Parts: sequence; C-alpha cells; structure tokens
Amino acid sequence: MKKGNRQTRREFIKVVSVSGSGLILASYIPFNNAFANLGDDPKIFSPSVYLKIDSKNVVTVIFHRSEMGQGIKTSLPMLIAEELEVDWEKIVIEQADADKKYGSQSTGGSWSIRSTWEPFRVAGATARVMLISAAASKWNMLPENCYAENGFVINKINNEKLSYGDLVEDASKLPVPENVKLKDPKEFKIIGKRIHRVDTPDKIYGKAKFGIDIVIPGMYYAALSRCPAFGGSVKSFDSSKAKSLPGVLDIVRISNGVAVIADSTYHAFNGRDALVIDWDMGPNGKTNSEDIHNEMLSHLKSEGAEFESRGDINSVLAEEKQLEAVYEVPFLAHAPMEPMNCVAKFENGKAELWAPTQNAQNAKSEVAKALGLDENDVTVHITLMGGAFGRRLVSDFAVEAAEISKASGRPIKLTWTRSEDMKGGYYRPPSMNSLKGSVTKEGKPFKFSHHVIAPSISQMRFNKDLTAEKSEIKEGTVNLEYQIPNLRITGTLIPTHVPISWFRAVYNTQNPFAVESFIDEMAHAAGKDTYQFRRDMLPADSRLTNVMNVAAEKSGWGKKHSSGKGMGIAISAGYGSYCAQVAEVTVTGNKLKIDRYTAVIDCGVVVNPDSVEAQLEGAVGFALSAALKGAITIQNGGTRESNFDDYSILTYDEMPVVDAHYIINDFKVGGVGEVGIAACAPALCNAIFAATGKRIRRLPIDLS
Amino acid sequence: MPKYNLNVNNKKYTVEAEAGTPLLWVLRDNLGLTGTKYSCGEGICGSCAVHIDGKAERSCILSIENVQNVSITTIEGLAENPDHPIFKTWIDLEVSQCGYCQPGQIMTLAAMMDDKQKHSRKEIDDAMSTVLCRCGTYHRIRKAVDKLVEEGK
Repeated sequence: MKKGNRQTRREFIKVVSVSGSGLILASYIPFNNAFANLGDDPKIFSPSVYLKIDSKNVVTVIFHRSEMGQGIKTSLPMLIAEELEVDWEKIVIEQADADKKYGSQSTGGSWSIRSTWEPFRVAGATARVMLISAAASKWNMLPENCYAENGFVINKINNEKLSYGDLVEDASKLPVPENVKLKDPKEFKIIGKRIHRVDTPDKIYGKAKFGIDIVIPGMYYAALSRCPAFGGSVKSFDSSKAKSLPGVLDIVRISNGVAVIADSTYHAFNGRDALVIDWDMGPNGKTNSEDIHNEMLSHLKSEGAEFESRGDINSVLAEEKQLEAVYEVPFLAHAPMEPMNCVAKFENGKAELWAPTQNAQNAKSEVAKALGLDENDVTVHITLMGGAFGRRLVSDFAVEAAEISKASGRPIKLTWTRSEDMKGGYYRPPSMNSLKGSVTKEGKPFKFSHHVIAPSISQMRFNKDLTAEKSEIKEGTVNLEYQIPNLRITGTLIPTHVPISWFRAVYNTQNPFAVESFIDEMAHAAGKDTYQFRRDMLPADSRLTNVMNVAAEKSGWGKKHSSGKGMGIAISAGYGSYCAQVAEVTVTGNKLKIDRYTAVIDCGVVVNPDSVEAQLEGAVGFALSAALKGAITIQNGGTRESNFDDYSILTYDEMPVVDAHYIINDFKVGGVGEVGIAACAPALCNAIFAATGKRIRRLPIDLS
Repeated sequence: MPKYNLNVNNKKYTVEAEAGTPLLWVLRDNLGLTGTKYSCGEGICGSCAVHIDGKAERSCILSIENVQNVSITTIEGLAENPDHPIFKTWIDLEVSQCGYCQPGQIMTLAAMMDDKQKHSRKEIDDAMSTVLCRCGTYHRIRKAVDKLVEEGK
C-alpha cells in the first residue's frame, strides 16, 4: 500500500514557511501574514497548516486525511490537543480539501497515526510555546514562569491568566520556534484515553453526510453503464429508449462507458438499464477464473525469483519429515456498504468535486489529467465514506463523475449501483502459494520454502517492468521472525487483465494465511503443540512472541476440548505493529460455528484505546468475510457476482465474540487498521484442523 | 405524473413520481432525508430500513404507491428523540465505525424495542442478522443489544 508522508520536523517548518510566503486559502491564514481584515470576524493565529486559533478562542484542527470508519478524525486531533493544552470538548475539527501543503493525504497502509504522531504533536507544541511567549512578553516576564492549561496561559508568579484568544494577535507576530519540546508521555491527558468519536452522533442520527448524500445547487443525477468485460469498450449504442423514460435529460459518452443524466437517482438508474450498447469485449472477453487459476498453476513447479534465503534449502537429514502444500485464494471485492459515487461540477474551465476518497490528491491529479486541466483548477472536497478498505484509493469514480459533468455541462452526482460496485474491479488479487518444509526427528523445524505466485498491484498499475523481487507480493513472506535454519522465499508475477488494487492489509490477506497455516502443518508433523512449536522458533524477547504469549494466556490455550471443538493460533507483524489471534470453533458435520476470537495487538503507544479495540474487532469481522465467503469469479472477462446475495459477507449471527487486548508500552506508535487482518484466516483454519483434522488450503472455506 | 401523499416523520408530503418508484429514492432525492442509505437496492442488506407503521421495512423495495396512508418513520424521525436508549447505548459503546449501515441497524432494532410487544432474544438476533455491516461492528451491536435487553428497554 502507498506509504504516507512521514513529515519530519524540517518538512513541517518548510510547509509553514511556504504557506507564509503568500499562499492564502479561505481556511488558512499564515502565521506571519499579520491578519486578514475580516471586519468583525475573529483574528486567526495559524502556526501550522493543521491548526488555527482565533481571537474568540475557537481552536480548529484541520483534519487532512480521510475518515472511513477507523476513527482518525478523532485520534489525529487528539495529538494536537494534547500538546496544545486545550479543552478537548471545545476543539472544532475541519475537514481539509486536497492540497499538497498538508503532505500526503493518502489514507492507507495503516499510516495515518504513524505519519502524524510527530508533526501533529509538534504543531500543537509549537503553538503552545508561541502563545506562552506572547503572554510572557505581555507580562514582561520569562516564558519559564508561565505555563499553558485548558486554553489559557497562566503565570506562576501571580496566577494571572490570558486566554489563547487574547494572545493570537501577538503570537502570530512571533517567529516559529524550532525544536520545541514535546510533552513527556507521563504528562499525557488526552493521548491514551478512551475519547468518544467526534462523528458518532451525526452518523447514528442520520445527519452525517457521506459522499452519496451530498447535494449541491442545480445538481442532477447520473448513472453509468460500463463494459461487462474488463478492457472492453463501447462499439455503438442506442439511447432512444433511455431518452424516452421519465426524468432522463441527457445521455453522454465518456471514456469508461455511457452515462445517463436524470432528475433523480432512480430515473438515472432506469435510464442506464434501458441503454442498448454494443460492446467490444476486448482482448479478454473470454477469460474465466479457471484461466487465471491455470496460469498460477503453470508456475507451481518453477523456482521463482528469490526474495530471501538462508542455510541450504537442499540439505537433507537422515530422519527428516517432509511436507508440502499448495494454498490458494481468489479475487476479492472490497464491497463497502456505500457504493462508489462522486459529485462533480465542471464550470468555466474548473472542476469541483465532492468525493468519498481515501486519496484526494490522486483524485485531483487524475481528474486534472482526464479533463486536460491544471491541477490548480481542480478542487476536491473529501466527504465521509461508508467504508473504503482500500477501494477508494483508486480515483476512477471521481474521474467518471468529472467527465460526465464536463460532457453534459451540468453539475451531477454519479452513483454506482451495487451491481456496478461489485463488478467494477480493483480487486484484491488472487494468489497461489506453494510451501515445502521439514522437521527433524526431534520435532524441530529444519527447512522452509515458500513460492508465492500472484499478480503485482504495482506492476499492473504503475510499472510494467517491475520484477517479482522488487514487487510487493513478498509482503508477509519475508523477514519472518521464525528461526528456521534453512529457508528460501521466492515469487513469480503473473499478469491479469482484471483491475487489482489495495485491499485492507493487501498481500497480508493472503501470504500469512499460507505461512501461518503451513507452520501449523509443520507443528503437527513434528507432533508438537502449535503454540509451543511457534514459541520455540521465535526469539524470547520479541514483541511478536509477547503478543502470542498473551493471546495464549487470555484464550486459555491448552484447555481440553470436547469432540468437534478446537482452537487455532496465528501471528502477524506489519505496519509497525504485532498481532496474535486465537480462534475457537465448533464443527458439527459440515457446519462451522466460530465461538470466540482472542486478539492481542502491540501497536506501541496507544492513542485511543477504544479505536484500537474497534479496529481489531472489525478486522476479525472483515477478514472472516474473506475466509468464509468472499470470492469474485471472472467469467467472460468480467465479474459474475453482482450483489450481497452472490458475494455474501459475514452476518451478525456469524460474528464471534472478539476478546480484544492491547499491550501497554511506550514503543513507537504503530498502525492498527491492517495488522489484525493477517492472522484471522489462518487462526480459523488452524482451529478447524484442531477440531476436525481437515486442513483448509483454499479460501473461502468449504467444509463439504 | 401521479401524485402521492406521504406521511413521513409526522409531516405530510405530496410527491410526484411514477408508480413503482422505491420509497428509498423518494426519501433521499425528493425529500432530502439522506439518513436512509442506499446500498444493495434489492432488500438484502438493510441499510435502508425505515418504519412503516412501526414495523421495520426495507425502503429500497417498497413502492411509493404502497406506502400511502401509513406512517413512515426514518432515522431522522427516530432521532427527534436523541435520548432514545438505543442512541445512548450506541454512543456509550461506540458501536459505529464508518457509520453507513448504522441507521439501518438502529431502525431494525428500534422497531422491536418500541412496539410494546415482547420479543424473544432469538427474534431480535434473527432480525439483526439480516442487516449487513462491512466494518465488522457486529460484536459491539451485540453488546448494545445485550445491554438494552438487560435493562429491559
């Protein structure tokens, strides 16, 4: 997944000074630009692009990333509030538009907290130091004799107080100090506390505006018909029937298909359904899932490019127990509950978009490219989104909306039907994983080899010359902490015409499934307890070992099970964090019941414990959908599935109890959105093996 | 185009639409009540649940001609009482993640909590099992249901 910008202190100052040199936006007034003359409006102190304090004591944090359910619209501002010493309840949070001045706004890769941990705290601390300096000057005393608390600067000598609002004018004339001292974690008042999410009430009252809820003046509604086969195109179309339908106003052709513009979403959908289009199905119009499976299969015997190697994978022991297995997973659709949509207005050579996007700067540049505009003439407002899971890192829906608005000359809201969303591509890629290993007669691991065969998202999207060893398909296969003497990890890229992209945890949705299942197979071959077998291979002082030990303890690992019941364990590392999960299942005939998950995360410093637990619980729910149900089938070059009936997801009654725990420590802050995904499927399949002796090597799970 | 009289959240509306128009799109596009969400469009997922005379129904498969002379309540109507125990519990337990399905979850549960009939836990769980959530908030929805059932609300 794309990495966010880890803004260093130096870059932070650079952003400030670039802004200070005259870039003035409606929502931002730079610190050294005196004050804009806004009549009775309050004066504003803004020592950072992420923060504004006005003379009426309103503290506004600019939230520059995308909120899609992970809770960062709450936890990012917590970082600033902590250092600024303000009342959390009084903070105003403002969603930023796409703008490079914020650094990366791409919300993915479990990067948001990791990349803002320092710059956001520095922003808050810098403002605090400047406000204290301003107060000290007013009082004609040393800053050391002043401190900040709850939105006031207080002097220690006579307890006199000045509110931040009283100080903004003076503070804004001061130079921005460098190397401000951040708070000692022991002094944290907000970070580490269970803070309620700022957007929950609006969401549950039905007031929150997601992308699909946006209405702008004069707006029409659009629907788009795309080619059923990926890579196909429109040969010709007959719009006469569609045009005759109620409410249909216009039909336009854009690069991705034929769009209907109407006076309501319903009329636009009806118009779309009435279009008669002769499609050129393109070069892959006959490709099926089986062809892709066979393509992966054809590489099974090959070596693949080497990712990692140690010892001698060809060494042989007299009494060695060998085993091998092939694992496979299919394409997956993200299928967020809110289908893709976007509001676009093209007018006077400028485009303005309201987009539920995880990647607003990409939407801005893609729209500019598609419409032949300068990026400065494209505005992208980021809306709330009803789930994203990586799907909204791709800007196809924004480009479509902008093209439709331009072609029709009307502001429009493009809404995809559920079927279009399911068939629209940018799926989690499939993979085939070939594993071989051996254990000694004492039951110790001796050899381990892993050949991963999969398409590369980076190769398909960015660089066709990318080789396997430089690609990301190795994610979750290399640098394992297991100390196995002889090891070889290799990979082979396969092409696919099916659009693929980042799915929550990306290749950690597939490779750890194979690795952690196969490690389990090795443990059984060694006649060892699967937890103990892992423990014996891991460094005793590792954070990964620790989360595994805690998960084993919390789950009551080792307890006796009646027939048909079993427990499975799996571990994962990534995104600066570590996770272990224990699944507990009951299998009766072909019927699987998942009784419980124990999930333990070590993500270093915890910013909002409630959000960390929620992400862990949600990761289990999301990953179980993939393990139990998810499969996109390619048929005649396109997607067979069309809704939640044939691409079903986990339901309430199927959701296990999730006993989520986090480790309390002061390690560097880690990501939490994705690490909980990787261990989920293998823990489940290992539990099924423990319960039934049946090894699952292919997802979704089929117990028949 | 025919005109239909609707009673939504105790307000009267007259809407021009052709027969067969799903209530969902009338609420969203004509009345601006966007708290009711579109997701599957085929009555599978429950994101669009509203109350028809107090009973949870899926507005994406209800035609406008069939919802006259009934009382329609949307999430906005339910939220006229933000002290409803469901809202309070949802906030206490921080059930929501992305929040998109939550109006449907809440409307489905509220119909059973507010109808003054005794529902077994299985009936409640069966109803909740028909409303989909992609973020995996089911664990907390169940905790919320546990709490509300225990408190007899």
